[in-house]
Amino acid sequence: MEAFATKLKEQIITHLNLEDLTPEEVGLDDPLFGEGLGLDSIDALELIVFLEKEYGIKIENPEEGKQIFESVNTIAKFIQKNKNT
Amino acid sequence: MPQKVWVTGMGTVSSIGLNVEESFRSLCEGKTGIGPISYLDTRFKEEYPLGEVKLSNDELKERAKLSEPIVSRTVLLGTLAAREALSQAGISDVQEYRTGFISATSVGGMDISEKIYQGFLEQGKLEDLSLMGIHDCGSTTEMMADLLGIRHFISTISTACSSSANSIMLGVRLIKQGILERVVVGGTDALTRFTLNGFNSLKIVDKQQCQPFDANRRGLNLGEGAGYIVLESEALMEKSGKKPFCYLSGYSNTNDAFHQTASSPTGDGATRAMEKAMALAGLKADDIDYINVHGTGTANNDMSEGNALMRIFAEHVPTCSSTKAFTGHTLGAAGGIEAVFSILAIQNQVVYPNLFLETPIPEHNFSPITKLKEQKVEHVLSNSLGFGGNCSTLIFSK
Amino acid sequence: MKIYISGMGNISPQTTFDNKNFLDEIVSHEGSRLNIVDPPYKEILNPRLMRRMTRIIKMGVTSAKICLAEAKVEMPDAIITGTAMGCVKDTETFLLAYGSEESTLLTPTAFIRSTHNTVGGQIALMLKCNNYNFTYVQKGFSFESALLDGILKLKEKDGENILVGAVDEMTDNSYGIKSHLGYLKEGIKNSLDLFQEKSKGIIAGEGSAFFLLSNKENENNYAVLSGLFMLYKPKSQAEIENGIQHVLSPQGLELKDIDAIIIGKNGNEEKDGIYDDFLKAFPSETAVLGYKHLCGEYETSSAFALWMAARMIKEQRIPKATIIRKSDAKELEHILIYNHYRGINHSFILVSKI
Repeated sequence: MEAFATKLKEQIITHLNLEDLTPEEVGLDDPLFGEGLGLDSIDALELIVFLEKEYGIKIENPEEGKQIFESVNTIAKFIQKNKNT
Repeated sequence: MPQKVWVTGMGTVSSIGLNVEESFRSLCEGKTGIGPISYLDTRFKEEYPLGEVKLSNDELKERAKLSEPIVSRTVLLGTLAAREALSQAGISDVQEYRTGFISATSVGGMDISEKIYQGFLEQGKLEDLSLMGIHDCGSTTEMMADLLGIRHFISTISTACSSSANSIMLGVRLIKQGILERVVVGGTDALTRFTLNGFNSLKIVDKQQCQPFDANRRGLNLGEGAGYIVLESEALMEKSGKKPFCYLSGYSNTNDAFHQTASSPTGDGATRAMEKAMALAGLKADDIDYINVHGTGTANNDMSEGNALMRIFAEHVPTCSSTKAFTGHTLGAAGGIEAVFSILAIQNQVVYPNLFLETPIPEHNFSPITKLKEQKVEHVLSNSLGFGGNCSTLIFSK
Repeated sequence: MKIYISGMGNISPQTTFDNKNFLDEIVSHEGSRLNIVDPPYKEILNPRLMRRMTRIIKMGVTSAKICLAEAKVEMPDAIITGTAMGCVKDTETFLLAYGSEESTLLTPTAFIRSTHNTVGGQIALMLKCNNYNFTYVQKGFSFESALLDGILKLKEKDGENILVGAVDEMTDNSYGIKSHLGYLKEGIKNSLDLFQEKSKGIIAGEGSAFFLLSNKENENNYAVLSGLFMLYKPKSQAEIENGIQHVLSPQGLELKDIDAIIIGKNGNEEKDGIYDDFLKAFPSETAVLGYKHLCGEYETSSAFALWMAARMIKEQRIPKATIIRKSDAKELEHILIYNHYRGINHSFILVSKI
């Protein structure tokens, strides 16, 4: 799980162009939005498409994204859960 | 006392009418122009309703008496509306005085170029590449200016959804500074796959008829059309003895500087735009009789704009409504079309319903009107808010 | 009222961005494509802000920032941008993303950025500037429209510091299209030989230049922006000569008072005749200068010319690389810029000594 979360973190950094950050600087439980990494609604839409393209998981309602995208760990858990079912 | 700038003509084309008269009838009858897609060539035909102008390009071309083989729909719609405005103003010789044309658009010739450009980008297709020359916004304005015969001054403004409010503002300022004597101002935008896919990627397009300012709103419907008005200087009015429709008493453009697309929750930009426009017009809050709100139907816009209204008008938000449930959001043309609707409200002393509004937004202490209403209309405030934090307010006065 | 240019930021195919080198060291470009020399963006922009910026946005925002810093203005009273083609790269990215199949797996970032007022909006966002913000997109009048709006703002006394600029980018595809359409020169080895060319076509360029217009006298000001006129599709030479009078007469100037003329010559035998005819109106001692061998042709290139004129006035010297026809004038008091874009958009900009 931890290895997966680390890989995911790298993918997110590349995908969202967070060039100024190294993977070490982002904690697995750090909040991604608001005060944390400062991601916003546009990044949430980017992440939704990223999950569908990369992992084949569809999020129909962008509102759902809020809980899923809380941190790298919550995203990792969401992917694991939806891939197994 | 600075000179007044008068409105002497107007013209519009949208999904609710091919001219001013038809549009006003639809507004009074509460007839929406939004419906299933019939003209835009898109895979979303069954999925999204749109506010399309109910004519094909060939039919529009015939109406506009154009013989050019390929003309952007943006130009076709714009030409029809601008010609109506000039004819209402009784202007037949545009060379007679220093006359300008300031048009606004967000897509320009994209309806044509998206096909050609995609062919080139995807498969390296070279045919029709010469049509890329009419892709940009400025080209569509030049083509319209040539059709109207206007050459003293031309310009195009593109500030997303506030574009045509801004072109009206520039026209007023150029007349006040004596650079122009009269000017045709407004905007035009055709529906394109580019914009439909773009707004779809933002997940703010409603799959049903939109419901601006409703607690359960789901997003916007896209529309298309054009709206232009003719502005003339005080000196010209004295010379011609024309009877004007109204004058532009206030205007302002500000920036929300909050986010590239989203409005600040407190509506800072919109608040400042309304305040500055009212100050310029020398009007107090209770002088405003009707507000044509931007009211797109997205969660973010309506909440933010409503909050801005409450900051200015507190417990006494004037009669207001969004006409976007009639026309859809016509983007760069919206400010021009809504200027025409605002002027019609003054001419006819009537204000329009905010269609399909069922449940007011609980956080707001006001709600737009839902039925046509005859009332005193001396000062109308019209808002246009766009991407890039762009906020514009115009005030039309009797 | 005098309108001063109190700061400038110019990112171009020359090393102009630091406002130090004034065309003493010239970058020559091979072929008909002149891309900008990148400034050290990372030293100038906040990396977090840069995250959502494509090349044109970086160019625009950076040149605006350099300009404001030079003018020592933190918060301009208006931000006015001219861009004929807007964010071309983002437009292409989004066109490819939805494609002819209209893919539903779309992210909105490129679409958002493709909006024409993105650069102006990003400057506002960077400065947290709530003031007036307009974007003009009128081909060869895009920059001139922005400049006119800036002049209006100062005349209306609606602000004291107005940020005005222009930005246009060239991408592989936009260059490719121009090439397929036969707009470009073939076989030009060195861009600096442009005025020796006897062929049709142009060399394509790009750039971003911002100016701070102010009504305040200040010893650091560059020059006075003393005249501006746009002429759309003139029908005769007389109309062009009339255009010159539009900028000279209000200042009480005559043709002989112009010390140097900057013209938009492209080395294009099809359209350069317009410049030759234009020059006939002036005495033969007037200096004639060119600039498109340095920055290439693009819709808002007159912004590069304005940067050049303002520096010449302030430094009272003409860089060798710009000279087409020499003069013995001791003082540079008035410089007239005349440019036309494809024979359609003609503009006259007058720059004078303070």
